[in-house]
Amino acid sequence: MKAFLILEDGHVYEGTSIGSKKEIISEIVFNTSMTGYLEVLTDPSYTGQAVCMTYPLIGNYGICYEDMESKKPWPDGYIVRELSRMPSNFRSEGTIQEFLEKNDIPGIAGIDTRSLTKLLREKGTMNGMITTDENYKLDEIIPKLKEYTVKDAVKRSTCSEITKLPGEGFKVALLDLGAKNNIARSLHQRGCEVTVYPAFTDAKTILDSNPDGVMLSNGPGDPKECVTVIEELKTLYQSGIPIFAICLGHQLMALATGADTHKMKYGHRGGNHPVKDLKSGRVYISSQNHGYVVDETTVSPEIAEVAFVNVNDGTVEGLRYKQKPVFTVQFHPEACPGPKDSGVLFDEFLNMMKEGGR
Amino acid sequence: MPRDNSIKKVLVIGSGPIVIGQAAEFDYAGTQACRSLKEEGIEVVLVNSNPATIMTDGDIADKVYIEPLTAKVLEQIILKERPDSVLPTLGGQAGLNLGMELAESGFLEKNGIRLIGTTADTIKRAEDRQAFKDTMEKIHEPVAPSQVVETVEDGIAFTNTIGYPVVLRPAYTLGGSGGGIAHNLQELTDILENGLRLSRVGQVLVERCIAGWKEIEYEVMRDGAGNCITVCNMENLDPVGVHTGDSIVVAPSQTLGDKEYQMLRTSALNIIDELNITGGCNVQYALKPDSFEYCVIEVNPRVSRSSALASKATGYPIAKVAAKIAIGYTLDEIKNAITGKTYASFEPALDYCVVKIPRLPFDKFLTAKRTLTTQMKATGEVMSICNNFEGALMKAIRSLEQHVECLLDYDFSALDDEKLEEQLGVVDDRRIWVIAEALRRKFAYEKIHEITKIDFWFIDKIAILVEMEQRLKSEELTPDLLREAKRIEFPDTVIGRLTGKSADEIRDLRREHKIIAGFKMVDTCAAEFEAATPYYYSVFGSENEAVETRPDKKILVLGSGPIRIGQGIEFDYCSVHSTWAFKEAGYETIIVNNNPETVSTDFDIADKLYFEPLTPEDVENIVDIEKPDGAVVQFGGQTAIKLTESLMKMGVPIFGTKAEDVDAAEDRELFDEILQKTEIPRAAGGTVFTAEEAKKVANELGYPVLVRPSYVLGGQGMQIATCDKEIEEFMEIINRIAQDHPILVDKYLMGKEIEVDAVCDGNDILIPGIMEHIERAGVHSGDSISVYPAQTLTEDIIEKIEDYTGRLARALHVRGMINIQFIVYHNEVYVIEVNPRSSRTVPYISKVTGIPIVKLATRVMVGDTIRGMGYEPGLQKKADYIAIKMPVFSFEKLRGAEISLGPEMKSTGECLGIATTFEEALYKAFLGAGVNLPKHKKMIITVNDADKKDAISIGRRFEKLGYEIYATRSTAKVLNDNGVKAIKVNKLSQEAPTVIDLILEHKIDIVVDTPTQGRDKSRDGFLIRRYAIETGVNCFTSLDTVNALLTSLESAKIENLELIDIAKVAKRGN
Repeated sequence: MKAFLILEDGHVYEGTSIGSKKEIISEIVFNTSMTGYLEVLTDPSYTGQAVCMTYPLIGNYGICYEDMESKKPWPDGYIVRELSRMPSNFRSEGTIQEFLEKNDIPGIAGIDTRSLTKLLREKGTMNGMITTDENYKLDEIIPKLKEYTVKDAVKRSTCSEITKLPGEGFKVALLDLGAKNNIARSLHQRGCEVTVYPAFTDAKTILDSNPDGVMLSNGPGDPKECVTVIEELKTLYQSGIPIFAICLGHQLMALATGADTHKMKYGHRGGNHPVKDLKSGRVYISSQNHGYVVDETTVSPEIAEVAFVNVNDGTVEGLRYKQKPVFTVQFHPEACPGPKDSGVLFDEFLNMMKEGGR
Repeated sequence: MPRDNSIKKVLVIGSGPIVIGQAAEFDYAGTQACRSLKEEGIEVVLVNSNPATIMTDGDIADKVYIEPLTAKVLEQIILKERPDSVLPTLGGQAGLNLGMELAESGFLEKNGIRLIGTTADTIKRAEDRQAFKDTMEKIHEPVAPSQVVETVEDGIAFTNTIGYPVVLRPAYTLGGSGGGIAHNLQELTDILENGLRLSRVGQVLVERCIAGWKEIEYEVMRDGAGNCITVCNMENLDPVGVHTGDSIVVAPSQTLGDKEYQMLRTSALNIIDELNITGGCNVQYALKPDSFEYCVIEVNPRVSRSSALASKATGYPIAKVAAKIAIGYTLDEIKNAITGKTYASFEPALDYCVVKIPRLPFDKFLTAKRTLTTQMKATGEVMSICNNFEGALMKAIRSLEQHVECLLDYDFSALDDEKLEEQLGVVDDRRIWVIAEALRRKFAYEKIHEITKIDFWFIDKIAILVEMEQRLKSEELTPDLLREAKRIEFPDTVIGRLTGKSADEIRDLRREHKIIAGFKMVDTCAAEFEAATPYYYSVFGSENEAVETRPDKKILVLGSGPIRIGQGIEFDYCSVHSTWAFKEAGYETIIVNNNPETVSTDFDIADKLYFEPLTPEDVENIVDIEKPDGAVVQFGGQTAIKLTESLMKMGVPIFGTKAEDVDAAEDRELFDEILQKTEIPRAAGGTVFTAEEAKKVANELGYPVLVRPSYVLGGQGMQIATCDKEIEEFMEIINRIAQDHPILVDKYLMGKEIEVDAVCDGNDILIPGIMEHIERAGVHSGDSISVYPAQTLTEDIIEKIEDYTGRLARALHVRGMINIQFIVYHNEVYVIEVNPRSSRTVPYISKVTGIPIVKLATRVMVGDTIRGMGYEPGLQKKADYIAIKMPVFSFEKLRGAEISLGPEMKSTGECLGIATTFEEALYKAFLGAGVNLPKHKKMIITVNDADKKDAISIGRRFEKLGYEIYATRSTAKVLNDNGVKAIKVNKLSQEAPTVIDLILEHKIDIVVDTPTQGRDKSRDGFLIRRYAIETGVNCFTSLDTVNALLTSLESAKIENLELIDIAKVAKRGN
């Protein structure tokens, strides 16, 4: 069956329908990872977005359910050049086609994904529609596309109740803003007892449980939309408890302490982004997935200093707070997909907890 | 970290002659590195014995020594030039070993010189088997259970503890040389003996066999600050058991999930960190297909063949970055030259699929064992890029220049199912064709996988190609079917074959339905950033990204494809220099080539690079977009010449000599007319198609005769026949490949062979020099020792050669290059052949004479004249030096290959000996080729009857040098009868000890064995030669070569070699 990807600037790509046949409107973004398509699909940060994989051969090793980064896939739609008709891997339990169908996610295959990527690079992230309706009417669709904004993304992707991973070490409260499993797993592997809280848990509840540290997770959407979470973070910050934050958590903490964020032209999504630790001069290759970034000029030097920058475009990749034991990064030390080079940052968080709060 | 300013003068070690396992990739790496160092204001001293390389040009390094690569010679160069640092990591294993020798002997320390790029300690820990194993154990990286042994007994004892099969890897050898898999005691003993001898340190690693596991490689970079990145990973289609150089390789890996990918990536970074490597490094893994278990196979702490492939596959210039790291920069300080925006500290993201296929030399060595093992046999490789695997595989297949364009072309349809199943178990270069046939027969994937261990994913991809064959054969050719066939890169010719149409009809149909190729960019970043460098590959069904530029003048330069015997690195040298000359002349330059090892496919050589197969259809796709003002085919060897006619049909003017004149040189009748007109004699001969005709002509001429196909390079299929029976045999071999052109049968004149390269501007002619071959006619010019300037010609003969060269060039309306081979026989000059194109001697003669031949030829093509460029026409005055080009062979890598020299070329590379005297030049040439004598002063002589007389003087001269001579019965008799003391040894059929036992004592320096005329049928001779080669004995099959060796040995009291800076010679010419 034919499928169409219609962009808000009027570009139309024709391809083959994959997964669900339903029609969706979403924000179109691209990811440059060459492996880890299932981790991408199950990353809650893609809530409200349809993701285009720039690597053309997707599904080669099938679906290995244990690699899922959350309980289900999140993107509204999936865009690929070619899906492998026969996955091959000893752990493979199915195909992407089946997976998309089962989870009612529509997609399009067989389009020139490189041309789409170039378009998004040049014009910036755009909204688009995936449809199987051959009689689509551009003049009706385009206004709808322009209207679309990602809303309530965190609300949609956070967990609904508190869960706990037992451990003998530090007690960590993980605020799930749309968290990838490997954050909890990374802490758990280091012996931590991890309690996962829904995004809208108030600070008091968390502090009352007397954790050694708070972990703020990644998550989807515009950080400024998370007004209530930001308010709670102010309380957590003031409490002096050791805090480590990733991605959306990093942005929210910046907002909570007076800095600003802005939307990037087309974001960073992939497993090859170099970030430089300004203290040591070391460069780490990192896994990334973000469309918003902390505005460096708005970071007050009294509150925080830039700890990491992106080597490619110089944007802020991490903040070290000066008055409180708070450390935040824009990239993903938990990897999955992508390189594990910066996994040591979890150890740094453990050290922060060892030193205790201020 | 900024650059280390204490580094001011660096000695870069090249990799020497091209041999199997160490080819053009090191010219590419070395050239890139030298340019990158010079860019930083560092004075570069280069040493490499290989004159065919670009790196040995005067404009690549400041000082260039084309001298033998031995530690002694290097020490002399270092004492003369006084560099502060030595960079050993860009010259392959040869360079690394030399760097190590200089460090271990204490020479570097004594002279206050440091190794940069990597330390001696690092090299040792990566290369020494035990040290490597200990290092891996220390950081908990798994390696297969193994033990380093120094005796066969220890090897057997250890194998008994881990069980067969075992893999054997000699330490410090090339291309897995001497290694292999042993399944039983006999094999174990054989391989161990051989391997222990080949290893520089007499060590062999005996290892648990992990054959059948997935073979995965990572290319890693690390800087002095400890920053690490992986440039690329690659997966071998052929599982562990086949040397990666002989495997079909795909980048990035296809069947690894992120968990496996990251597991191995992390391991690779841990290893490079522990080894403290600064620069590039290659790590090879075996990954168990049904678990996360893996083993580190080996680590190369240097730039390698794989890194050249990774560079071309990703656009990331590994050698350049490695050189910058060596002088102190960190990765985040080095700009990514492709994007111009980002930095070297990132990991390339590919949005396409790359396939490499090795180019194996079995078309040249019919008797060689075709099976692929852990010992590399390929002479070169091709790479292709597409956005799907099937397409990339199809493009790579047709790039091979092996008369294959799809999976039907090695035909196994005649085998019955049982035989086919057997054939599936044979691991050779035709395996994917066998799989294709099995799939046509509906063999189950499981069965194919069980036998081959090739991953299901690859088998399914081959199945997709087979299904398309069937559909094209059985279905109507609809636009949709055609579109799909083109998406997976079925060429028009194959679609035509399968649908019963002509390729032209298919092309017209495509155009009608707008099924045309588009071009995409290799940009290192999957389109995330805008790229500044136009490096393209074609795909169907996608938008075209190649920007059509409209400069004043635009030229298409066609490259020479994969390195193979007969068409080596020399042609890349010529293509690159021609490109540079066109640039200088104000042209926009476009290179088309498919060889990832070469300088020509470096992204900053031409203005635009198209990494594509060199077939008419693929070139036409480029022509359609670029609309060049002309194309140049003279420099890309036979590959480019073959495209002439097609280019003309496309309406692309050919720069330089016209196609009809090229034809006139190749077509026997037309050429005879020209010879008559110019009154130049040639050996009598005729043209034939069948064996009957050939025998008739041969008998008219009288034996011996020379039999050869026309339009070939490297004398492929050329043989000397001495009787009707041999004619039949040779004709059968030649006609195995359908011949478009007639076969030539000529009277064979055993005279002195002379070679001339010249530039003609249509009127005047410039001859840089005349070369004389040491071996008499009958040995292919590429396998002969070539001496410049000719040493034994009279003035009369020289004048005649100059005159004939002029006459021929003018008669053929040559504009650009011409190469002529003459025979001087009984004081008369005969023409053997004329090639109106560049030849393999051009780089060497350019360097020795200082005359930039390719540049002049290129400028002539665009209208300059020889006089206009400041040269006096005619034969140029002799250079101050004598330069001798010595062929280098790779026989030890090719089990079962016949090594005797004949009219068909067999050498893989060459080195140069340059000096002010003939003797010293010869000595250097032999030394450069690895002939370092005397050692034990024992030798064996066994010659055919025709050579017996000449053997006497040879024996006498060796005797005088103190050699103990062993000879087979009749040779011994002749020698003893003539007063040369020779000890008789038994032939193989006689009782022990035989001549083979003698060789296996490892005390023999030299074997002189001349085969009986024609293709040698004697099993004795063949076995003697093979044993000699495989035990590392110098074996000579031409007495002319032996005489030259004697001359060199007799004057070998050369203690202090005169070292010649070739860059100075080059400047003289400009």
